[in-house]
Amino acid sequence: MAIGWYLAVSAIVFCIGAGGVLTRRNPLVLLLCLELMLNGANLALVAFARMWGGEDGQIFALIVMVVAACEVTIGLGLIVAIYRRQLPVDVDELGELQG
Amino acid sequence: MIFADVMFFIAAIGAITGAVGVISMRNPFYSVLALIVHLVCLAALFMLLRAEFVAAAQVVVYAGAVMVLYLFVVAYVGGGEMTPSGPVLRVLGPLFALGLAVELCIAMLGSALKGVSGHGHPYVLGFGTPKHIGTLFLTSYLFPFELASILLMVAAVGAIVLARRRRGLEGGREGEELEVRTPRPVWTGTMAEAAGVRLGPSEQTGPVSVGGPGSRAGSTGETAGAGSRSGGGAGRRGGGW
Repeated sequence: MAIGWYLAVSAIVFCIGAGGVLTRRNPLVLLLCLELMLNGANLALVAFARMWGGEDGQIFALIVMVVAACEVTIGLGLIVAIYRRQLPVDVDELGELQG
Repeated sequence: MIFADVMFFIAAIGAITGAVGVISMRNPFYSVLALIVHLVCLAALFMLLRAEFVAAAQVVVYAGAVMVLYLFVVAYVGGGEMTPSGPVLRVLGPLFALGLAVELCIAMLGSALKGVSGHGHPYVLGFGTPKHIGTLFLTSYLFPFELASILLMVAAVGAIVLARRRRGLEGGREGEELEVRTPRPVWTGTMAEAAGVRLGPSEQTGPVSVGGPGSRAGSTGETAGAGSRSGGGAGRRGGGW
């Protein structure tokens, strides 16, 4: 399969994630859509690593996975804290971050 | 080669279907399950690109660990039924995503990279194996590797701080906690006062340099204790975030 096909899949996944971030309001689903975007970028990185025959792109993809895991951890912690304070779990209502 | 092509199409269709499922499911629980399907299909794509270690990490770390965390939080928070977003974003969001897709396609088709239409670099034995990845991580990319470990630790501590149970935040009994206790005089009730090393604030003349190093440590600790006690009421009420 040509590398271009993989890039097309990665672009489609990235755009689906971007559309989800814009249209959904539940922060949990928002985090999932961010994961989608990061995974699209990961696929492009790995495809380019295959294209050049070097593993540096795969290293980059692994680092992106680490950053995504950190982001998920902090985001889920925030959602749990929001839920504990009995605030609405909805990004439109949570417009301001006042303590 | 035919087998690889068939596998590619199966995995690609699975990945795109999973992605669409993530954003179209109304229940967040099903969204997480769709994302797991998407991640497994993406791992298959990674395998086709000869990135074995990344594929294994994808399945073990992402689909295994991170998604379980997601599932627990969704089960805890309970995916409440969402009202759809406002009319402006409902129209503009998909439009923006479509525009982005068109832009990316134009960028890809008009790319001057000749390798994009090729099948990639000839396969070298050992490409993408854990051995190669580990060697790269511990030689050329040592600094990002260490930075990633620090980032993971900071994230773990941050998540614990954010999600811990706080006293005084739950329940609406905030009025009771508004009482502010006045602190007692600074040096009373301590061992230092009993030993006569410290004088009371009224009798004290100079700066606090009477005793040895041991009593000095006690005195600073006592000051900090009194300070936190005085601010205790307000701190408990407004504390937390």
